[in-house]
Amino acid sequence: MKELIEKLTETFSPSGYEAAIRTVIHKEIKPLADEIYVDALGNLIARKGSKTKSGLRLMLAGHMDEIGLMATHIDEHGFIRFTGLGGIRPQALTGGRVRFMDGTPGVINSDRLTDLSKAPTLDQCFIDVGTSSRKDCPVMLGDVCAFERPFNDLGNRMIAKSMDDRIGCAVMIEAMRVLKHSPHEIFFVFTTQEEVGTRGAATSAFGVDPDLGLSIDVTGTGDTPRGSKMEVGLGKGPAVKVKDGGMLADPRIINWMIRTAEKAKIPFQREILEGGTTDARSIQVARAGVPVGCLSIPTRYIHSPSEMVDTGDVLNAIKLLVALLSAPVAL
Amino acid sequence: MPTIGNAQIKLLEKLCNACAVSGDEGQVRRIVLEELNGHAEDISVDALGNVLVRCTGSGTKRLRVMLSAHMDEVGLMLVGDDGDGLFRFEIVGNIDVRQLPGKAVLVGKENLPGVIGSRPIHLTTAEELKHNIPLEDLRIDIGPGGGKVKPGDRAVFATRFQRNGPVLIAKALDDRFGVATLLELVKNSPANIDLLAAFTVQEEIGLRGAKVAAFTFEPDLGIAVDATPSYDLPDWEAEENIFYNTKLGLGPAIYIGDSATLYDPRLVRWMTDTSKASGIPCQFRQPGSGGTDAGAIHRSRAGIPSLTISVPHRYSHTAASVARLDDWKNTFALLHAALTRLTPAILAAERA
Repeated sequence: MKELIEKLTETFSPSGYEAAIRTVIHKEIKPLADEIYVDALGNLIARKGSKTKSGLRLMLAGHMDEIGLMATHIDEHGFIRFTGLGGIRPQALTGGRVRFMDGTPGVINSDRLTDLSKAPTLDQCFIDVGTSSRKDCPVMLGDVCAFERPFNDLGNRMIAKSMDDRIGCAVMIEAMRVLKHSPHEIFFVFTTQEEVGTRGAATSAFGVDPDLGLSIDVTGTGDTPRGSKMEVGLGKGPAVKVKDGGMLADPRIINWMIRTAEKAKIPFQREILEGGTTDARSIQVARAGVPVGCLSIPTRYIHSPSEMVDTGDVLNAIKLLVALLSAPVAL
Repeated sequence: MPTIGNAQIKLLEKLCNACAVSGDEGQVRRIVLEELNGHAEDISVDALGNVLVRCTGSGTKRLRVMLSAHMDEVGLMLVGDDGDGLFRFEIVGNIDVRQLPGKAVLVGKENLPGVIGSRPIHLTTAEELKHNIPLEDLRIDIGPGGGKVKPGDRAVFATRFQRNGPVLIAKALDDRFGVATLLELVKNSPANIDLLAAFTVQEEIGLRGAKVAAFTFEPDLGIAVDATPSYDLPDWEAEENIFYNTKLGLGPAIYIGDSATLYDPRLVRWMTDTSKASGIPCQFRQPGSGGTDAGAIHRSRAGIPSLTISVPHRYSHTAASVARLDDWKNTFALLHAALTRLTPAILAAERA
């Protein structure tokens, strides 16, 4: 599993440019699915199983994209100005490294700051790819890049860029591997453009037209020094989302998830996330409406180049997902 | 090759001078329907007021291409009658309130003249001159006995279209440029595609018309034809201007990403390849904020690969914009050339 997480998190695919990660995931799931296709917005959709009498048409969504940067101007000296793709935090930029889709590496820095107590704005930051003129710069306006940061295995914990949401993708892939029997027709959807507004989930949910939707995504924690006030912490199990900034989970789905976890003796936490949202938001309002929930993997330092998850939480998330998918659902 | 000539410029003039604030697009819709008469068979007006036109091609394996241009413009809405021809108002769409004092406007269905009043300089104190006048202190004044208008009526800047050789100055070039371009494309619809033209409503207040138009059309791909700001003036300190958005004279602006859409790289490449092959210039709009009808189109149903192409113009969303005729000509020419060479192969490869 850790090799898979390393492979997924070290692939560069910011929102709107998911081809590389789609190829990696496609290769992983090819022997595990009954049917695989890619839709107009690039969502990778894998169907497993058929609907039996006691089954439903389920949609699981984990997003393949990650936050990144897009070049807006190359100046005469070859410095690259950029805009953000997704929720970029300027304080996490300076000194960080990026890699463009063609492999070009670069370092981020900023105009000279007169007030060092404040983080630079995006407008003050630039990328330096080591060239000294516009003509020599291999990057063109509109080219995109993602953070470069290696995967670290700390044993009980793992650190990588883009745990948000490659860890959700990993949980889905592992669940596909482990799941042997299910009464359901399950669509494992690896979505695009979540970080810019859960766009891939909106269109794939319309296409799949599910009876029930579940997103598999990261959630914040409240267990760091003087951090946010939040109940969720690393190592206490996957989280069952009650609500976030864009979605109220269907109470029947919350109960189903909790009952299943209790029955299988899998640790879990109840989650209320004040800001942010997941693909479930878009699935919920697709077509005439879909009951949704979200299985969350607690994650520290979300949207920084070093996001941390607990290995046990990940293993338990896979267990819980497999348990959820193995039995009929009675809402 | 069809092109933008005097007749098309006349039509643009008529469109720019019409008043069509979001939600009240009747004046432009009438011109559009009049122009379409005899040029298309399948024309309808939907529940929100979008004009939908289907031009069926004749080849085999035709892509169904939706083109969208919005009929509405930013403007003002009367919200309260203070008597004596004075009206309180709100802004509709994005307008910089600092731009408003002293501007002449046209109010209501009959385009009655009015002015956003401001105190004469003789009677203004030095302290007052330092501050902007907030919206709640501004009034539209049509004069005592100036006619019948009422809260709920819209108002637009009174600027009349002017052409000075290669230069166009007008209000509402955003997006009458698109409307005029789309009308010309309907009249010269390429046979290799089914052209689905949407003249949309309520773009400036949240891409509302395009959302339902795309649902109706269910196209294979979508293109918003719009107008985008240029900010290409020289930098005061002679430093490189790195926030120009677009520049006048460099041709149509192709979008890569904005707040509402990350554009389909296959369509971006199709447009730039067409530019190279035809010699028609184009530029990239700087990725960043903003959005067009494509923001609603690409999210429609199970997803629609989308693109935006815009005519650059300075001083967007103000009383008077400045544009170059050549940029508009090249926008039409590039779109027409691109559509003419469009085949289903473009969507055969996976999106990057």
